[in-house]
Amino acid sequence: MTGAASGPEERTQAPPLVELRGVTKVYGSGAAAMRALDGVELAIGAGEFVAVMGPSGSGKSTAMNILGCLDTPSAGSYRFRGLPVERLSRDERALLRRGHLGFVFQGFNLLNRTTALENVELPLIYRRVPRAERHARARRALAQVGLAGWETHTPGELSGGQQQRVAIARAMVTEPSLLLADEPTGNLDSARSHEIMALLTGLNRDQGITILMVTHEAAMAAYAGRVIQFLDGRVTSDSRPDNDQAGQG
Amino acid sequence: MLGNALLLAIREIRRNALRSTLTILGIVIGVAAVIVMVTLGDGATRAVTTQIESLGSNLLVIRTGQHMGPGQSSSAPAFSLADAVAVGRDVAAVRTVAPSASEPMTAIAGNANWATTVTGTDNRFFEVRNWTLEDGRLFSEADLRSGRAVCVIGATVRKELFGSLDPLGERIRLNKLSCEVIGLLLAKGQSTMGSDQDDLVVIPLRTLQRRIAGNQDVTLIQVSIHDGESTERAKAEIERVMRERRHIGRGEQDNFSVRDMKEIATMLTGTTRVLTALLSAVAAVSLLVGGIGIMNIMLVSVTERTREIGIRLAIGALEQEVLMQFLVEAVALSSLGGVLGIVLAIGASIALAGVLEVPFVFNGRIVLTAFLFSAAVGVVFGYFPARRAARLDPIEALRRE
Repeated sequence: MTGAASGPEERTQAPPLVELRGVTKVYGSGAAAMRALDGVELAIGAGEFVAVMGPSGSGKSTAMNILGCLDTPSAGSYRFRGLPVERLSRDERALLRRGHLGFVFQGFNLLNRTTALENVELPLIYRRVPRAERHARARRALAQVGLAGWETHTPGELSGGQQQRVAIARAMVTEPSLLLADEPTGNLDSARSHEIMALLTGLNRDQGITILMVTHEAAMAAYAGRVIQFLDGRVTSDSRPDNDQAGQG
Repeated sequence: MLGNALLLAIREIRRNALRSTLTILGIVIGVAAVIVMVTLGDGATRAVTTQIESLGSNLLVIRTGQHMGPGQSSSAPAFSLADAVAVGRDVAAVRTVAPSASEPMTAIAGNANWATTVTGTDNRFFEVRNWTLEDGRLFSEADLRSGRAVCVIGATVRKELFGSLDPLGERIRLNKLSCEVIGLLLAKGQSTMGSDQDDLVVIPLRTLQRRIAGNQDVTLIQVSIHDGESTERAKAEIERVMRERRHIGRGEQDNFSVRDMKEIATMLTGTTRVLTALLSAVAAVSLLVGGIGIMNIMLVSVTERTREIGIRLAIGALEQEVLMQFLVEAVALSSLGGVLGIVLAIGASIALAGVLEVPFVFNGRIVLTAFLFSAAVGVVFGYFPARRAARLDPIEALRRE
C-alpha cells in the first residue's frame, strides 16, 4: 500500500517519465486465455533506479516488454513522457525505442562475430550519427564501462562480465532517458554481478539515466532506490528501502 | 543507410564465404550461359554477314519470279539484255550492271569431267561480285562482241579438271563447245549457303546465248550502286523501271524480285537468331533456378539470424530498415553472381569462339541486361525472406536461441 501512497506524491512533484494505468495484458483467448498483467498501476519518475522483483510468471517480464515499447497492453494506457504508447504504430514505437530507450538483457544479446565497437555503434547507426562521431562516442562508452582497449574483440573473445559491459555501453551510448535491464546479472557470478551493479548505479547517479531492472536476487535489488514486487500480474508492493538513493534523482 | 546496408551485406557474405559461393553458383552459371549463347549467336551472325558482304558491296540482285528462299522461285519470263541496259541508264544510283544467264553443265578437259555451272556474262560481273583475277586475262571487247569460245574458270574447276597443271591456253569442252581458258579467278571459298563459290565457268554472255542456250535470255541482273546511295531508293527505282518494261499494271504482283545483300543476309541469319533466342531462353531458366537458390539461402539466413534481427528491432530499427538490410544482401549476392557470370562468360566466349571458328563479338547490351537481370533476381527472390525478417516480433525473436 506504500506504492499507492508514493504515486500521487510523485505526480505532484514532476510528471512521471513512464506511467501505467490499469494495464492488462491477456495472452490467448477463451478458456486458454492467460492474464499476464491485471490492472497494473505504476509511475516512475525521471532519474529513479527501480528494481522489479517477483517469481517467474508474475508478469514482470510482460511489464518490462510493455514499458520497453516492445509490446502493447490489451487494455489500459501506457504513457511515456505523456505520449500514449498504446496508440502508436509499430514503427512509431521503434522510433521511440531508438530515441529514448536502452536495453540490457540477461543473455547479453550482442551481435556475434561483430566487434565490441561495432556492437556499441549499432544504435548510433540507426540514429544516423555520422561515422566519426559514432566511433568517438562508442569508444567513450566502452571506456566508461572499463573496456578501453577491447574495441576490436568479438563477443566470443570476451568473458560474460565483459560482454554484459559491452551491452551496457550499447544501451547507454545513446544517452537514453530510460534504461531497461532484464536480469542483467542473471548469467554472471557474484563478483561480476556486483561490478555490473556498480556500473548501473554509477550511470543512474552520474548521468541521471532512469533505470528499471528486473532481478530476482535481493542482493542486486538492494542497489536500487525503489523496489517493486510483482505477483500474479499485479504490483503487490512498492517500497523505497533507502531514502538516500531516492533523493539522488 | 543504403551504403551501410551494403557494408553489412558484404560483411555477411564474406562471413559465409563457402555458402555464399554455392548460393550464387546458379546465378553465375545462368548469367554465363545466357551471355555465351548470345555472344556465339552474334558471332555466327557476324560470320554470315561478313561472307555476304564479300559477295559485293552495295549489291542488288534482280531475279525473275518472286524469290521466296534459297532454291524456291516462281516461274516468270526472262529478262533481256535491253532490260539491263535500261536499268543502267534510267537509275541514277547504279554504278555497274552485270546481266548474266547460267546453265548447269558438265565441263570436260582431257579425260577429267566436272559438273559445274556455266555463267554467260561480261567483265562487269567480276566487278560487282568482287572477283580477283589470279592469272591470265578477262574478256576482251572482241570476245564479248563476237561471242568467242573463251572462258574464265574458278579455282575448284581448275583443280578438278587440271590438277596442278597450268590451264591457261588449254581447252574445256562444254557440250559441243570447246572453250579456251584465258583467265583464272582467285579462290573465294565456301559461301554462307554452303555452296562452293569457286565452282564456276564464266564465258561471254553472247557465247552462252548463241552456242549453248540458244536464246536471248538474261536470267539474273546484278547491280552495284554508288557508295553513299540509299539501297532502298535504288531498289524502288529499279522496281519502277522493271515494272514498266515488263508491263506490270498497278495492283499486279511483280514477276521479278530485287533484293539487296542486307535482305539476303537477314534471311540467312534468321535461323541463327531463332536458335540463339531459344538457347538463351533455356539458359535463362537456370537464372530462375539460381534465384530460387538465393531465396532458400536467405530464408535460412533469416532463421539463423532471428536473434540478431530481434536485437536490431529492440534497438529501434524500423521494419523497412530490416527489410532493406536483407534485400540489399540478397541483391548483393545475386549481383556478385552476375559479375562473376559475366567474367566467366567473356572468357568462355573467347575460348569457344576460337574453337567454333566464329568471330568473338562483345555485346555490351546483353552483358548489361544479364547483370540487371541478376540484380532483379535478388530483389524478387530476396523480398519474401526480407519481409519475413522485417515482420518478426522483437520479443519472440529475442527469446530464440
